[in-house]
Amino acid sequence: MISNTLPLSLIDNPILSQWIAFEEQGRVRIATGKVEIGQGILTAFTQIAAEELDVAPEQVRIVSGETNVSPSEYFTSGSYSVSVGGASIRLVCAEVRSLFLDRLAEALKCPVGELSIENGQFLRAGKPLNKDYWSMKGEIALERRASGTAPTKSPSKYRIVGKSLPRLDLPAKVKGSAFIQDIAPENVVHARVLRRPWRHARLAALDETAVRKAAKGPIELLREGDFVAFTGASEIAVSRAAEVARALARWEGGTPAPDDIGEPAWLKAQASRDRTVENGQPGRAQEDRTKSGRTVQALYSRPFLTYASIGTACALAEFKDGALSVWSHTQGPSILRDWLARALGMETAKVTVFHRQGAGAYGHNTADDAAFDAAFIATRMSGRTVRVLWPREDEFLAAPISTAMAIELRATLDADNKPADWTIEIWSPPHAQRPGMNGNANFTGAEALPNPPPQKELSDIPDERGGGATRNAFAIYDLPRHRVIHHMIPGAPLRTSSLRGLGAWANVYAIEGFIDELAEIAGEDPVTYRLSLLSDPRTRKVVETAAQISGWFERRPLPEGCARGFGFARYKNIASFAAVVAEVEVNEDVRVKRVWCAADAGLVISPDGAKNQLEGGIIMGASFVMKERVNFAGGRVANATWADYPILRFSEVPEIEIALIDNPNEPTLGLGEASVGPTGAAIGNAVARALGKRIRNLPLTRERIAATLLAD
Amino acid sequence: MSEHRFTVNGREVRVETDGSNPLLSVLRDELALRGTRFGCGTEQCGSCMVLIDGEPAYSCSREVATVAGKSVTTVEGLSNNGALHPLQQAFLDEQAGQCGYCLSGILISAAALLKRNPKPSRDEIMQALDPHLCRCGMHNRVIRAVQRAAGAGP
Repeated sequence: MISNTLPLSLIDNPILSQWIAFEEQGRVRIATGKVEIGQGILTAFTQIAAEELDVAPEQVRIVSGETNVSPSEYFTSGSYSVSVGGASIRLVCAEVRSLFLDRLAEALKCPVGELSIENGQFLRAGKPLNKDYWSMKGEIALERRASGTAPTKSPSKYRIVGKSLPRLDLPAKVKGSAFIQDIAPENVVHARVLRRPWRHARLAALDETAVRKAAKGPIELLREGDFVAFTGASEIAVSRAAEVARALARWEGGTPAPDDIGEPAWLKAQASRDRTVENGQPGRAQEDRTKSGRTVQALYSRPFLTYASIGTACALAEFKDGALSVWSHTQGPSILRDWLARALGMETAKVTVFHRQGAGAYGHNTADDAAFDAAFIATRMSGRTVRVLWPREDEFLAAPISTAMAIELRATLDADNKPADWTIEIWSPPHAQRPGMNGNANFTGAEALPNPPPQKELSDIPDERGGGATRNAFAIYDLPRHRVIHHMIPGAPLRTSSLRGLGAWANVYAIEGFIDELAEIAGEDPVTYRLSLLSDPRTRKVVETAAQISGWFERRPLPEGCARGFGFARYKNIASFAAVVAEVEVNEDVRVKRVWCAADAGLVISPDGAKNQLEGGIIMGASFVMKERVNFAGGRVANATWADYPILRFSEVPEIEIALIDNPNEPTLGLGEASVGPTGAAIGNAVARALGKRIRNLPLTRERIAATLLAD
Repeated sequence: MSEHRFTVNGREVRVETDGSNPLLSVLRDELALRGTRFGCGTEQCGSCMVLIDGEPAYSCSREVATVAGKSVTTVEGLSNNGALHPLQQAFLDEQAGQCGYCLSGILISAAALLKRNPKPSRDEIMQALDPHLCRCGMHNRVIRAVQRAAGAGP
């Protein structure tokens, strides 16, 4: 059953009118604090609202991430949008529908059961009553608290949810319109900001004359502390200035990164805050089961990665009469508003953030930094609209970064070669430094101003909120004794933050690789071995479905150099389940040829939208493990272009087959991040089988394969 | 500053600008054709792809002076009097998009491919689109959409 307990977004924004309004005849406005970042969320919300209200999808208009209208819903992240934001919209719409029908039944003195709604028109015994939401809106005050108790529609009655409504934003996008980068007000001031090469660096020298000359057009310099902006009417001139300034600026002090930062040895050598969580199921460890006593141990690692969106960050801001308006592709409009206000010393009520779509967001990117840049510059140019665009190089060099991790697994096996004792030990800096986290503004521009507020101590996301480094560290298998040791490294000299799945995909890579290692010791098929450690029927079904659609147990012979691997996880152990089979070909390079994925996401709002998300996660998961790594040299990030940071290309993508397991009576589970980890793990396991040797230090590049093969 | 004449989407234009300015900036800022996108400025991502005399070309570092007398087509020029280009329709039919930022450039290269090879294979499509980066991972949908537009079906 889908539970009617109030989701967090509705607890935070309890008044119905914060969510819904009946506008001009025939139109419903649904407001949301969740934003479109490429995942199709506005289409899914439209389906949910239309279904519960019995209006047509075309009648719904969504206002997203506009802080003067929308409810405050934290960040659009963590695969929470449908499961929390969508669940809130469902309850609100169900309640509003009930309020109208109850009032109508009272007026007509008839049972509510005789009434129904079509396209917002009210009917009695199937006949139109000449009344609708709009004619009755004056009778129902929506300025009341949501009770969350109104009955929601039974999934068996769904007509819109569960169908693949085409993405509402796509028609404009194939015609080339509609991104924040394209907003072009009259008399806009273009701006670029000089970024520091590492945290806390001080600007020792900048040849302003040379910068002005290189701009080949009039520009102004705005400098406060180590924050330097180039502004002017010509975008080409300011971008030339920024490019030259990046090369000319000399920096001193601060915390340059060592070249070996992120290597397992570096991670293990850092000061850390340590904790141990024991959470096995001791009941299962029958003491009479003789341990084989065999212990197995393996160290896995992942490098630093960057989110690498195809568009660069953009923001616009206008400061006028003491009020600030900011247009941003932020993932957290209300949080951005709150922390812009704090960082600029303004009242929150004087700041409004309007979400506008940018290129895809896959984690904490530079959108909020760009918003601060524009907002700060705007406060120095009252009355003008300031537009900031980040150069590609700064996207690589100055963005928040997804942290490297070392993950050690140890198991003691029982007589059946099943893990009797299991330990996962993780060394990692934190995975989340979005605006406001740990009480820090976390805007790179604000840190460069004179006398920035001291940085408060860092922590990682706690386990009960999904964990950062420990996300998916708790293996889903039936393990009698299970231990997580977490070394949280607070002092890494980098702004480490969220990338799709945070620590999850690396933990899944390590756990699923290690499970394959144990299966090999046991002499068992990897899927059979997994199933022997999985008792929950829902979980088993996902594993079995992936095996079935890929023909895993048919064991058809594969061409020379080809092999298949398996990977499985339930994202955060509470969201969607995904099991993946990958087929790879290993010659000089690794090529992923085919991927099969089975997923259980509970009630699926749009099957095609869900598949699109899973496919995207598969491609990204493959790209992470096969290609991606941020390198450091001279204290700073050394990858400044796409040539230095390759991602999976058209010529390299696998063919993908997806099976969604239909489960409409279970709550919707977030799935935006579900396929990433299992895909990487399946590829790693396939490569290990093809090579006869396991690569535990990512990525699986030609150099690493050669080094691993030579290491014996 | 000097005057540069060329054709954009079948319309003759004259632009008074520095000849070393990138075509991308001229399209976006002078001609208000903002469907062509900035991604990297170094011909590495394909977001800025346009057709120049029918051939796909990066516009981000192409000096505007070098397109004098030539014919430029942008994503806005693919549709005909409001009617979608068969590729645009096929992208909608296949739901080939997530964030959509890379689509303008991909549509341009796909249009050029179908012109010279009306029935491309999966491999030929992958090769033709290889200059384009997509981070959302909707590559397979794009490949199917190009096949659909080519009449081959998915």
